[in-house]
Amino acid sequence: MRGAAVLPQRSGYARLLRWPAIGAATLLTSCAPAGILDPQGPIAAAERLLLINSTAIMLVVVVPVILATLGCAWWYRASNPHASRSADESYEGRVEFVVWSIPALTVILLGGVIWIGSHQLDPRAPIAGTSDPLRVDVVALDWKWLFIYPDKGVAAVNQLVIPAGTPIQFRLTSATVMNSFFVPQLGSQIYAMGGMTTHLNLMADRPGEFPGFSANYSGAGFPWMRFVVKSVPSGDFYAWVDQARSSGSALDDAGYAALAKPSRDVPPATYRADSDLFQRVVDQTAAGSGKANADVTPPMHHTGG
Amino acid sequence: MLGRLSWAAIPTNEPLPLISGAVVGLVILAVLLLITVKGWWPYLWREWITSVDHKRIGVMYTVLGLVMLVRGYSDAIMMRTQQAIAIGDAQGYLPPEHYDQIFSAHGTIMIFFVAMPLVIGLMNFAVPLQLGVRDVAFPVLNSVSFWLTATGALLINMSLVIGNFARTGWMGYPPLSELAFSPDVGVDYYLWSLQISSVGTLLTGINFVTTILKLRAPGMLYMRMPVFCWTALCANMLIVAAFPILTATFVMLLLDRYLGMHFFTNDVGGNQMMYVNLFWAWGHPEVYILILPAFGIYSEIVPTFSGKGLFSYRSMVLATLGICVLSFMVWLHHFFTMGAGADVNSFFGIMSSIIAVPTGVKVFNWLFTMFRGRIVFTTPMLFSVGFIVTFVIGGLTGVLLAVPPVDFVVHNSAFLVAHFHNVIIGGVVFGALAGVNYWFPKAFGFKLDERWGHASFWCWLIGFYLAFMPLYWLGLLGMTRRLEHIPDPAWRPMLLVAEAGAIIIFVAILCQVAQLYVSIRTRDQRRDLTGDPWNGRTLEWSTTSPPPAYNFAVLPKVETIDAFWHMKHAGRAAPPPVYEAIEMPHNSPAGFITAFFATIMGFSLIWHIWWLAILGFVAAVFVVLIAGWSIERDEAIPAAELAQLERGG
Amino acid sequence: MTIATTLERTEVPTELARGRGGGGPAPKRVVVAYGFWIFILSDMIMFSALFAAYAVLHGNTAGGPSGADLFNMRSVFIETMCLLLSSYTCGLGVLSAERGQPALFLVFAVLTFTLGAAFLFIEINEFAGMIAKGAGPSRSGFLSSFFTLVGMHGLHVASGLIALIYLVAQVLVQGLRAAVLRRLLCWSLFWHALDIVWVGVFTLVYLMGVYH
Repeated sequence: MRGAAVLPQRSGYARLLRWPAIGAATLLTSCAPAGILDPQGPIAAAERLLLINSTAIMLVVVVPVILATLGCAWWYRASNPHASRSADESYEGRVEFVVWSIPALTVILLGGVIWIGSHQLDPRAPIAGTSDPLRVDVVALDWKWLFIYPDKGVAAVNQLVIPAGTPIQFRLTSATVMNSFFVPQLGSQIYAMGGMTTHLNLMADRPGEFPGFSANYSGAGFPWMRFVVKSVPSGDFYAWVDQARSSGSALDDAGYAALAKPSRDVPPATYRADSDLFQRVVDQTAAGSGKANADVTPPMHHTGG
Repeated sequence: MLGRLSWAAIPTNEPLPLISGAVVGLVILAVLLLITVKGWWPYLWREWITSVDHKRIGVMYTVLGLVMLVRGYSDAIMMRTQQAIAIGDAQGYLPPEHYDQIFSAHGTIMIFFVAMPLVIGLMNFAVPLQLGVRDVAFPVLNSVSFWLTATGALLINMSLVIGNFARTGWMGYPPLSELAFSPDVGVDYYLWSLQISSVGTLLTGINFVTTILKLRAPGMLYMRMPVFCWTALCANMLIVAAFPILTATFVMLLLDRYLGMHFFTNDVGGNQMMYVNLFWAWGHPEVYILILPAFGIYSEIVPTFSGKGLFSYRSMVLATLGICVLSFMVWLHHFFTMGAGADVNSFFGIMSSIIAVPTGVKVFNWLFTMFRGRIVFTTPMLFSVGFIVTFVIGGLTGVLLAVPPVDFVVHNSAFLVAHFHNVIIGGVVFGALAGVNYWFPKAFGFKLDERWGHASFWCWLIGFYLAFMPLYWLGLLGMTRRLEHIPDPAWRPMLLVAEAGAIIIFVAILCQVAQLYVSIRTRDQRRDLTGDPWNGRTLEWSTTSPPPAYNFAVLPKVETIDAFWHMKHAGRAAPPPVYEAIEMPHNSPAGFITAFFATIMGFSLIWHIWWLAILGFVAAVFVVLIAGWSIERDEAIPAAELAQLERGG
Repeated sequence: MTIATTLERTEVPTELARGRGGGGPAPKRVVVAYGFWIFILSDMIMFSALFAAYAVLHGNTAGGPSGADLFNMRSVFIETMCLLLSSYTCGLGVLSAERGQPALFLVFAVLTFTLGAAFLFIEINEFAGMIAKGAGPSRSGFLSSFFTLVGMHGLHVASGLIALIYLVAQVLVQGLRAAVLRRLLCWSLFWHALDIVWVGVFTLVYLMGVYH
């Protein structure tokens, strides 16, 4: 019967198409914008715009080149009887001029984008159109992040609570090796290095929770150097500061030395902290900073001596 | 007596390195046994190990590169698999102590012991033939170069079973690579294997710059040299100018580690930013050392298989020289996020995008070469077309990374990893494989099987795209590089696609092995009897396949670009050759023996066996002095014998 | 039909093309000297990296002594004179060798060696004195870069002296043949290059360190 003859074929195709369809759907779940494609602050938004604009400028050249390559390769294949052939091209100054001009013009345009963009988005520069930043000092430890609020007398580990809509002025250093402080949804990353101070300015437009991490490999605990940025309304922020000040333990010399010992997957905690702690870490006079601890490397199974 | 070496150095309780080390050891033993049983040692010693013939040395470099490709690939598949499994709560099968060694070894091996040997090997083989001369300027030094590179490769592989490798990434940034944070032998393995092989590479640079500038066939003006020789010249000038910087930088890090100095330490006056600057002042020219010869290979292949001369030879040369010079002015783009400020960052960003101009010009020239040509899709040509499409994408993302504010959000992410694999695989690896397929008949006298070649190309292409396109996206989503554990389960589908791509690349490598096996077995059916299997344009195709040891009985007189093409189409018969006695260098064991002692020295320095290190060093110096004592290095081939050899006697 | 342009198909006869590289492979003497020049160039680049490190680190005394505290300009002056004079005697030695005067060559070779050894002796004394005062290379970034830059130059001088012994032995055994002369030429290039590096060291490290 006709129905019976047709049915097995159709379900055969359906079965064939099921797996690619599931695969495509699964892939698409990975495709939801996140990270730098989901900016939550002005710096990140400006950087995403630059990314898209620069890509678009270059696609104008790149897409035709790719199509021309594939087209040329296919059309001028030896087996094509319709293609016109020539033995050797004689030198054509006009073609030469165009060949150099296309990349040169693209690059000149990009050069302007680079100069202007770099100056507008210089990490050191305060965020345009804002004032009265909140100061946060960042110390990269093995393998966690310490955030000190020098004007508030509190500190937190692996948790950065900030008021939404307020610019944050960061000073960064490392108590150990080179790390990179990065919150993709807020924008630029910057290296944190021992004995030195780097500067960064970021802002979250609205409340939310954004993942942050280290973007420079720093040892065995590196994948666990993750923290959360909690952007909250300013009322909630001051409440959090008060709570940290009253209930947190003191990050004195002993407390800091204990914190500086290598550890990973450290749960968020708050402390009371002195405003000069950051400077002492940079100057390498805080307990345990700048030099490695005896047990910093993970236990080795096969070393000599 | 034995420094810090002890039985504990062997990973008896770590199954992975132990088993892989055992397998590699058994394979090596089996090969050595086979050679011994078949009595091949005299032949190998005479014809290969002590050979100073650039063709033999080129083949040995290429074999080293291809073998190390398998080692570098196995590191890659282990990382891909770990990242496909260790997501969210799952911990995967590789603890950080191992994963971190694997990604460090992967990068180091792929750059120094795969890409460099492949590129240097192809230059070794083809450049003297293309220049119409008999060998490079310093044949014995050439042998030393190869064997010192092999020493480096050996040391890095020894770290798998004796001790451990660095856990710092392939760049070895301090202070992580300093004694305080990496007290074990890993970083020392990294530093010594690279220092020793870098001596070899520098000697290669000196050798080839001298060869290309001072040893060419009569009539071969600069503007009549094949483009591959121009790119080889520029790459070797970069080697001479850049590798000493790496040597000095590693000397400083070694002094920090061995004598407690403070070049790059966190304290007592060290400056880690200086390491980053010095390293990349070498590192950026290094990537151009890799890509320029690949560009040259494409510039030979595309005209040959389009049946048409290269479009605008002059602008190709200009573009090559431009890239050579500009490559020294862009190094800071590797660390825009270190905080140099907007003026400095934008200068280097602009310079980095300017370097895209000569590269773009080259792409257009290749396109115009194909335009109105008669294109034959041999394996080399497939790789070349695949290269153009792929490299252009990599170039786009590279220029994106050259915009500092964009770099601020993708630096050190999977996006960066995708970019550099894009240009290195699409550019250097495809170029090396194209070059191997292209010059194989010249080297061995028979062509490689085309079907398996096509299969390996398509697997490389598809495998590359599947493995690395997801990484671009993941970088944008916020995945940083060198993660032993993946925090976000939403990334899993992309990572699985990447894993699939890596497996397809494995199939590509298997296809290449199959290609070799099948080609050797059926070699009589694919003999190259004319010496010119591709209807080539340059002088190497005017010799037999393989060429005699002396390449040319009489040096060709060159009158044009594409000298051989014009000779073929000149229409008049060449006059009968007039043979004169020529001098060819003796073989020399100096290279092999120097490298042998260099290996002992390197290993001893790593393990702090001071007396043995001094012995190894002194012995190596002695070998050099002894080998240098005799000044009678050449043997003459009289004219009559030459004539007889040429007639096929 | 091939339409190659005049640019690509020049009709310059090869015998006349020497100046533009069309004369065929260069003679061995040219090739060896050229290769050695390129090697010296690479060595200069290595020294440049060490100079750069010194420039970055020379202020990083980490609370320890600076150059002005440590350098004895009198002995630096004497060793500089020794080295410069040794370059002079080296030049005279090479001239004698090229004129086929082995005895005179040997005299100048011994003089060169002595002056070079004197330079090294003074330098080693300087280093020993600094280390004894606690100003060794591990004291600070400045001292690390000082000892490495100056020490690397000293190591090159020492290697040059060993090579000189080797070459003198070759001259004694094999005479002033073409191949030996080529090597002497290379050695003298090396020795003069070390002189140039020392001028840089003397100026940037010692003079600027003390009189800055």
